[in-house]
Amino acid sequence: MFPFSFEWAWDIPHLVFHGALWYVLSIVGLGLTYCIIKSAVDTFREEDNGHH
Amino acid sequence: METTPLIPQGVKRCSKLQFSLWMAAAGAVLLWGVYAMYLVWFKGLNQTNMNDAYGFALWIWADLAVIALGGGAFFTGFLTYIIGKDKLKNIINYAVIIGFICYSSALLILAIDIGQPLRGWFIFWHANVHSMLTEVAFCLSCYFAVLTIEFLPIIFENPKLDRVPFLHHLSHNMHRIMAVFAATGVFLSFFHQGSLGGVSGVLFGRPFAFREGINVWPWTFFLFTWSAAACGPCFTILVTWITEKLTRKKLVKDDVIQLLAKISGWMLATYIIAKIADTLYWAMVTAPSMGFSFMDFYSGNPVYGIWILILEIVICGIVPAVILITRKGREAKSLLMLGVVLAVVGVCVNRWVMILQMLAVPVVPFEEWFMYAPSWQEVATTILPVAYGILVISLAHRYLPVFPQERELNPTN
Repeated sequence: MFPFSFEWAWDIPHLVFHGALWYVLSIVGLGLTYCIIKSAVDTFREEDNGHH
Repeated sequence: METTPLIPQGVKRCSKLQFSLWMAAAGAVLLWGVYAMYLVWFKGLNQTNMNDAYGFALWIWADLAVIALGGGAFFTGFLTYIIGKDKLKNIINYAVIIGFICYSSALLILAIDIGQPLRGWFIFWHANVHSMLTEVAFCLSCYFAVLTIEFLPIIFENPKLDRVPFLHHLSHNMHRIMAVFAATGVFLSFFHQGSLGGVSGVLFGRPFAFREGINVWPWTFFLFTWSAAACGPCFTILVTWITEKLTRKKLVKDDVIQLLAKISGWMLATYIIAKIADTLYWAMVTAPSMGFSFMDFYSGNPVYGIWILILEIVICGIVPAVILITRKGREAKSLLMLGVVLAVVGVCVNRWVMILQMLAVPVVPFEEWFMYAPSWQEVATTILPVAYGILVISLAHRYLPVFPQERELNPTN
């Protein structure tokens, strides 16, 4: 549920539950994104080094 | 013994024929479960023996049991990546795979249990933020995602996949920041293991389960997390031992197993002290204050006698704790395995008591005990995850470098 959903209420339970959910999803998502981008960069670098 | 480009180098595996026969046997059991699952999904929950007294039944017990047993992944991850017990890196891969199987099984069982799986996403979008089960759903799903992320690098280490440069780097980079994922997993596990206990503990209309506690968290919240951290690693040790027996190979060195067993033993010992204190307070203060005597919960029915409490706390609690915390107990292989099996049985009995015995106990004087026996569809769908687990473990053991010490312990030349 997002804050723009009609069921949303600006109270402590909603903030704690959904805050924690989005916080965790952000960490996992960012971690995974970092790994994917870094791996793509490493792969291209390796290919470049192989060509020269 | 078979070696192909798909099998990790320097390890022996059984022939393709043997492997196929083994997989076919497990696959047949899986299909039986899938058929039962089909019946439940297409004909409805009337395929079960659940009724007004048993809204929770065999599935929820199985769910809670596999989640507790899968706790080996988060606790071993915590010990390895956060505390820095490097020795456990030799078993962490397997703990993650077992955790992945347990949590995917738990989600599958829930998908069957909710009756209308197409509406499963409602719990995220129309969340009841006052429910312990909402927190369980959030954390369970997120932790399954974390376990998948932890499992992926192991899959990418398959010799064939490892030759793909991007996957090779991805596996390496995921390993590098695994502590972040492991820490997230520990956070999620603490809360969902706890909230599963909290579900029973907050039921003030059911004196058998109700417990006092701290703020909104009943004592069962902490006891469930504690018992999962204690018994989950025991399940990892047990599955490792079974795998060693089936493959007739040593896969993990004894000092690694003994370290994990020792930590589990101390967790179990402290847990069982807390559990005894909780049971005494409940029996002497909480239950009497609600008009019940201790023996009301263990008499007047054909199944649940005082034996179940003795089984849970003494035979499957104190005994394995004593075995696992003593050096002699850990060093004698048969005693170690006895301790590990008893701990695993103990946590399953605890979940059974907190789900099924809780629902069996009458709460008003004119009621009788509610007894329940599962339908074959419930049994088949509960066995389904076992077959699924066997298939995943078999594939992982055959094609992935799960055990870093395997080559050293089983030289091919």
